[in-house]
Amino acid sequence: MNKRLAAIQQWIDHRTGVATAVHKFLYEEIPASSGWHQVLGSVAAFLFLTQVLTGILLAFNYAPLPGDSYNSLRYILTEVTGGRLMRGLHHWGASAMIIVVVLHMVQVALWGAYKKPRETTWIVGVFLLLITLAFGLTGYLLPWDNRAYWGTTVTIQIMNSAPLLGPYMARLLGGTGAIGVVNFVRFYGLHVLLLPPLTMLLIGVHIYLVRKHGVAPSPGDELLPRRMFYPRQVFIDTVAIFIAFAILFVMAIAVRVPLGQLADPTDISFTPRPEWYFLFLFQLLKLMPGPLEIVGSVILPGLAVLALILLPFYDRGQVVKVTRRTLAFGVVLLAAIGWGGLTAAAVAGTPNEAQELVDYSGPTDWMQLAPEELAGLGYYRQENCNSCHSVAGRGGTLGPDLAYTTTNHRNAAWMIEHFKNPSAVRPGTSMPPIALSSGQMNSLSAFLLKLTPDNARNLFDDTPDFAVQGAMVFEKYVCVNCHKVNGNGTSVGPPLNGVGRRRTRDWVREHFIDPKKLSPGSIMPAYKFTPAELESLTTYLFALPSDSN
Amino acid sequence: MPHDSNTSIEAPPQPTRRRFYVGAVYGLWGLITGALGLTALTYLFIPPKTRRTEEWVNAGDVTKLMPDMPVELFFRRTRVDGWRVLSEQSSAWVVKSPQGAVTAFGAQCTHLGCAYHWDSGNHEFICPCHSSIFSITGEVQSGPAPRPLDRYEAKVENGKLMLGRLRVSEAKEA
Repeated sequence: MNKRLAAIQQWIDHRTGVATAVHKFLYEEIPASSGWHQVLGSVAAFLFLTQVLTGILLAFNYAPLPGDSYNSLRYILTEVTGGRLMRGLHHWGASAMIIVVVLHMVQVALWGAYKKPRETTWIVGVFLLLITLAFGLTGYLLPWDNRAYWGTTVTIQIMNSAPLLGPYMARLLGGTGAIGVVNFVRFYGLHVLLLPPLTMLLIGVHIYLVRKHGVAPSPGDELLPRRMFYPRQVFIDTVAIFIAFAILFVMAIAVRVPLGQLADPTDISFTPRPEWYFLFLFQLLKLMPGPLEIVGSVILPGLAVLALILLPFYDRGQVVKVTRRTLAFGVVLLAAIGWGGLTAAAVAGTPNEAQELVDYSGPTDWMQLAPEELAGLGYYRQENCNSCHSVAGRGGTLGPDLAYTTTNHRNAAWMIEHFKNPSAVRPGTSMPPIALSSGQMNSLSAFLLKLTPDNARNLFDDTPDFAVQGAMVFEKYVCVNCHKVNGNGTSVGPPLNGVGRRRTRDWVREHFIDPKKLSPGSIMPAYKFTPAELESLTTYLFALPSDSN
Repeated sequence: MPHDSNTSIEAPPQPTRRRFYVGAVYGLWGLITGALGLTALTYLFIPPKTRRTEEWVNAGDVTKLMPDMPVELFFRRTRVDGWRVLSEQSSAWVVKSPQGAVTAFGAQCTHLGCAYHWDSGNHEFICPCHSSIFSITGEVQSGPAPRPLDRYEAKVENGKLMLGRLRVSEAKEA
């Protein structure tokens, strides 16, 4: 049997040369000092291939047009089996790639592995770093949520402000007016059509150059016997790749990637923030106001890239042992401190806005409910109903499953009687009477009547806490007497859907305290909320869908 | 291996150590491929959760329908298409039996999905594509159609025909 396999292998190799090529690739001679510090290039290549795979699979369910892109991504996240995992892999894979590519460069810089004759390998590597960042920048727009929209608006403006080529590059990306379809398809085209083959080409050149010059030896290596790439170094690379993959996979499962609100060009309340790996630039711009801005947005980054490209030409000394490259360590350390400091400052300065709290990557059935119904969920939790009742199969088993309330033909009157005096309505029941006010009971029954086997899980698992709390405050102060939410209520005051588009949070907060000051002639009374009430109510109001039906 | 420098090459690792390296390489790559492959297969082949649109659609007045005279009724219904919810024109062939029961057939031939029509002369449904012929009760009379015509869930309320889901019919055992 083995003989036959060998014969088949030989037949194929004679005609294609595959086996010989693989053999040649694996049995390369590498310096004796090779080992764990050289795994990062392989890990980066692996992560790139993972991005290609997950990117292609996402494209199978993704429609590249504004609006549709958002809806199709929501479809991937909430309906496609494994869709959330797929997007998680692609999202965190991008971050992982940036980390690994940067660490790879740090390693090469510390070891001085870019020195003669490996300058071109290094320069190709710098371009690969830039392409990795370009992937991040173009991919950022593709979800078409508010983050994507406003983040890209800023990006294109910065590009436009660059001297000489800036305006042309901005035009190439679809122009600087309001971000629209043209920008979108150009970003998409770059992200999926231009950048991937370009990356493959450069990775090919990069690996070719590594093979041509051989893996950089450490000083003193020349005297030691050389090793074979296979199997020891392949094993080391594989272990590193596996660790990176395991971390990525766990991240993709465990850390939910949020999706913001659909991009809204009229939403003036939104403060765009870039992805974490661009935060240092974002922070740098804050430090450089007015005419200095161009220094932070274009000149400094440009100089940094130039310094990276030219590194092998001004550091021309002999290769020395890594432990003796104090200057290199110093420079890398300074860069890390600068980058880390700016990033930390940017993170510390992140406002905790409502828009960050609403995650559209999950089901948002709760947004369809009236405040009265939503508050019912709060009373349900407050009264610990789930210690006896289950909802769609989860919870206590003593009482009936409440996802079937409507199918069991219960109505509000029956339920409220039952809440007040369970054993009078159902003799022999072990349910205790519920101590809620009649308004709260109305609310609870209205909520339970909204439950269906389809939406129950979503309502219980994906309703954010601030919404439940906010709706309870809304109920407590009977806001519904004057305002409309989701089509329920009266029109004495203005409807509250879309208040986030019309007002800032500060305005709304202040308005509660003294309505007449901000809207003269208003008949709205002043409200003295506790700070917690104020916070959850405003957050809830700002999270309401902008257009009620 | 062509190598023109005069450096020596380290002896290959011990067989047991080599076997460990090779085994670990295959094993770890197996795990990675397995995890990615399984994710990809799940993503591609397990159908997405469907949003149910269980609403009854008004297909029109059926009080004036003549018994045993099929009529094609047009109506709008919403259909979930991936991430979209479409409102689209749809039709059904509706037959009233002499007893007054109303049946609504899906408007596509069960062979390859062509639109069929009623041939009042021969008193049968005929599909122009491959000449499948169905009786007035939807049974296959001749042609390549593998199963009877599909039927809508239907009920009549105040003379209006309400249509629910289209039920795929089952092939009759020969």
